[in-house]
Amino acid sequence: MSGAPVLEVDGVEVTFPVNRPLLRPFGRPHSIKGVAGVSFEVKRGETFALVGESGSGKTTLARAINGLQPVSAGSVTFEGQRIDGLGRAEMKLHRRRMAMMFQDPIGSLSPRQTVGELVTEAFRIHGSEGRDMRAETARLLSLVGLPLDFADRYPHQLSGGQARRVGVARAIAFNPVLVVADEPTAGLDVSVQGEVLNLLNDLRERLGLAMVIITHNLHVVRHVADRMAVMYLGRFVETGKTEAIFSEPSHPYTAALLSANPEPDPDKARDRISLPAEVPSLLARPSGCEFHTRCPWAREICRSTPPPASERAGRVLTCHFPLGPGEHPPERIGL
Amino acid sequence: MSVLSVNGLTVSFTTDGGTLTALRDVSFDIPDQRIVGVVGESGCGKSTLINAILGLLADNGRIDAGSVLFQNDRELTRLGDSDMRALRGQRISTVFQDPMGALNPVLSVGHQMINVQYRSGRSKAEKIARAVEMLRKVRIPDADTALSRYPHQFSGGMKQRIAIAMALMMEPALLIADEPTTALDATLEVATIELLKELQRDIGCSVLFISHHLGVIAELCDEVIVMYAGEVVERGTTRQVFNDPRHPYTFRLLDCDPARQHQRVRHLPTIPGEIPDLRRRPEGCIFAARCHRVHYACMRTPPVTEVGNGHAARCWLAGNPETVKVTA
Ligand SMILES: Nc1ncnc2c1ncn2[C@@H]1O[C@H](COP(=O)(O)OP(=O)(O)O)[C@@H](O)[C@H]1O
Ligand SMILES: Nc1ncnc2c1ncn2[C@@H]1O[C@H](COP(=O)(O)OP(=O)(O)O)[C@@H](O)[C@H]1O
Ligand SMILES: [Mg+2]
Ligand SMILES: [Mg+2]
Repeated sequence: MSGAPVLEVDGVEVTFPVNRPLLRPFGRPHSIKGVAGVSFEVKRGETFALVGESGSGKTTLARAINGLQPVSAGSVTFEGQRIDGLGRAEMKLHRRRMAMMFQDPIGSLSPRQTVGELVTEAFRIHGSEGRDMRAETARLLSLVGLPLDFADRYPHQLSGGQARRVGVARAIAFNPVLVVADEPTAGLDVSVQGEVLNLLNDLRERLGLAMVIITHNLHVVRHVADRMAVMYLGRFVETGKTEAIFSEPSHPYTAALLSANPEPDPDKARDRISLPAEVPSLLARPSGCEFHTRCPWAREICRSTPPPASERAGRVLTCHFPLGPGEHPPERIGL
Repeated sequence: MSVLSVNGLTVSFTTDGGTLTALRDVSFDIPDQRIVGVVGESGCGKSTLINAILGLLADNGRIDAGSVLFQNDRELTRLGDSDMRALRGQRISTVFQDPMGALNPVLSVGHQMINVQYRSGRSKAEKIARAVEMLRKVRIPDADTALSRYPHQFSGGMKQRIAIAMALMMEPALLIADEPTTALDATLEVATIELLKELQRDIGCSVLFISHHLGVIAELCDEVIVMYAGEVVERGTTRQVFNDPRHPYTFRLLDCDPARQHQRVRHLPTIPGEIPDLRRRPEGCIFAARCHRVHYACMRTPPVTEVGNGHAARCWLAGNPETVKVTA
């Protein structure tokens, strides 16, 4: 976990046009920012987690990193080179070293290809350079812990966990230095979820990968990520070391997300911070601190003035009134 | 008194690969005004159980044995289609993962919320008032004006809350909910189950709540049934089952939940292996092939062993908790 970062994301914004006039009542903007200026870096051997409710911009950010989505501001630097704004051909070279695992594992595997064809597909796209495909298949299946005879199976013959393993094998075909995994365990049973996370963790250690893991399951984050960012309306509201954030969340949104994950323990005291209302629309971002419409601690200044980013002990935070240790809301507010 | 009593229920499907036994000898009770959870991994038969209760099995499915007794007097497995439909509209209501299954996209929410009260004998004005009251209860903003809006004008979380409100407006004796919060963000999920609990208390109905999410079950349910490969392997109060699991599968399943590990672990626990092929159910204990405590006795099907008041597990070692817990 040393040396220059593998990935540096600096002030990245992604804008989507809003071209349906009915959705754009008078005075509303012509575009929305799915990602509204985020910065972070990931080093070799490090895992960085992105968490946040659906619509917070996690997938859009992943696609921007991978060049699948143009950025409208900011920069993405990969292995020391700016890659935002590169054309398809130039990007292709980088994509080999930067693997993307998409959300829906079985859906993203073409049903008519065998597992063997699927795991070596990258070589057919990016050039095989005289590789022996059978040897490559064997190497990749063994890396992800699948028996060699799986090479002849089709995606519909795989369980959820096996399909995920095939997805991992595809991603690491070219010995990438960075893996971006979007919800790698969504929809998996808990007994299998650990398998996939352990596999990613092993590969990170063995191959020295840098990883960006996107998930909405905070309990997972605690076990897999070194550092994490909490996203809200396309921005990071809190970033820092995972363990520190778990033991002492400073942003009310982080605290609410942590308390919203029920633990399988019937005796656990429920000291919950419920978030009133729902996520605001990107078409009408709230004034001041954008979280104020749901924040149980919001005061006058939060409605009028955006909080500046502050940094303390490696923790970056945008909140006027960060929580102290064990602090609770003035009153419980329901949905 | 029980609202629903399921006894020895066995259900199979005819498939190309042979007969698939999706439920085998399933028995449990849903007491009055209690919330009973069903947990288990995908494919363990949760949806089949609900469909069998509701008379909604697919054409290739059939009930081979067992009974489903509703309020001690109606045998649902022998009820005709029209009686069953009537019961579903009146005494038993349902909520599923996708709220659009319950909402008609071309009718306003108010129209639908008034329709579901057709049996209530209320006047139109009273029905409208009741609909607004329910929308408030499920925290829909601007409840009065919300009545004239259409389903697509609400977010996913709101649609699910409206579906729950409608299911409970029928004042059923039993609400059956199949993964109703699975598609929601955690923040909305907990808020929604809190609401569900509140409404259940108001109305005084029983709930059969299906989920693969252990935390949600722990939070919401009074009692729980753990299913594996179509069998009930353990049942009891939520406290009994979660604090003192007696079936190795329950123990391992709880162990796998990263939420239970308060310290960071490098290697998360898993349950290696796969669910057996339900077309060729193995002899003996259904969990034996993946069990860390398997021994010669497991070649024979274990009996359901009562280990405490209402707490039972289908394991030869159920009476011996220390053995169950030792991980291999
Ligand atoms: N292609 C697109 N066009 C317009 N809006 C989009 C597009 N992709 C995503 N968005 C919007 O950007 C926001 C972030 O979406 P997304 O990145 O998918 O969030 P997440 O992955 O955190 O759930 C959402 O409001 C979404 O509706
Ligand atoms: N119509 C059907 N035909 C054949 N097999 C079915 C059918 N419906 C369900 N099954 C099988 O029955 C088992 C239980 O399925 P299901 O009740 O959907 O499980 P769960 O809801 O717990 O995920 C699975 O093996 C499934 O493949
Ligand atoms: Mg996403
Ligand atoms: Mg199901």
